[in-house]
Amino acid sequence: MTVSVLLFARYREAAGTPSVEVEVPANATLADVWDRVRARIPSLRREERPLFSCDRAYARGDRALTGREEIAVFPPVSGG
Amino acid sequence: MAGLYRIVERPIDVEEAIRAVAGPDRGAIATFIGTARDHHEGRPVRALEYHAYAEMAEQVMRDIGRETEALFGTPHVAILHRTGRLTIGEPSVVIAVAAEHRREALAACAHVIERLKEIVPIWKKEHYADGAAWIEGSGSTPAST
Repeated sequence: MTVSVLLFARYREAAGTPSVEVEVPANATLADVWDRVRARIPSLRREERPLFSCDRAYARGDRALTGREEIAVFPPVSGG
Repeated sequence: MAGLYRIVERPIDVEEAIRAVAGPDRGAIATFIGTARDHHEGRPVRALEYHAYAEMAEQVMRDIGRETEALFGTPHVAILHRTGRLTIGEPSVVIAVAAEHRREALAACAHVIERLKEIVPIWKKEHYADGAAWIEGSGSTPAST
């Protein structure tokens, strides 16, 4: 399945795009998606502390996907 | 639950947050204003820039409002966070919490800003005379399910 991944802040800048589409097997997890994203975008390869969200709520890397979720990956937050 | 939770690209004002929580049955309104500081770890900062995952940020701020009400019994919470480029001294975030009495208003307001800094998907970039850098939090994963 093809999933679209939103990127934010430094990741967006490093990728040069607000979102990226990757191809993953059915039932892939967020961690699988992140692996594909990093394979596509060399500047993200060394990122060690990504946070994931699924449908605008935090989710762990082992979350299995249906392909219909809104997925995002971003660095540790620093608002305030 | 009454509340106001917004990511906005325009200048923000604490009065706006106060208006959202004020009411005749409340004897206290505690506020917090975060402002753009001109230095970071000894280095002069010329301007700040905030970027947000706005849709999720508003959702998470609403969750913080709910959590705060459960902990302190304060249903009247307002959080406004600005995005885009700010000049030094401008507010980046304003929070207001109204309650019957001062103790819970002050405690709840402190809780809101701490939680915002921990979990709301917003990022700060500092601009210096000779470049810029993204600031990143301690990164303890706030993952739920």
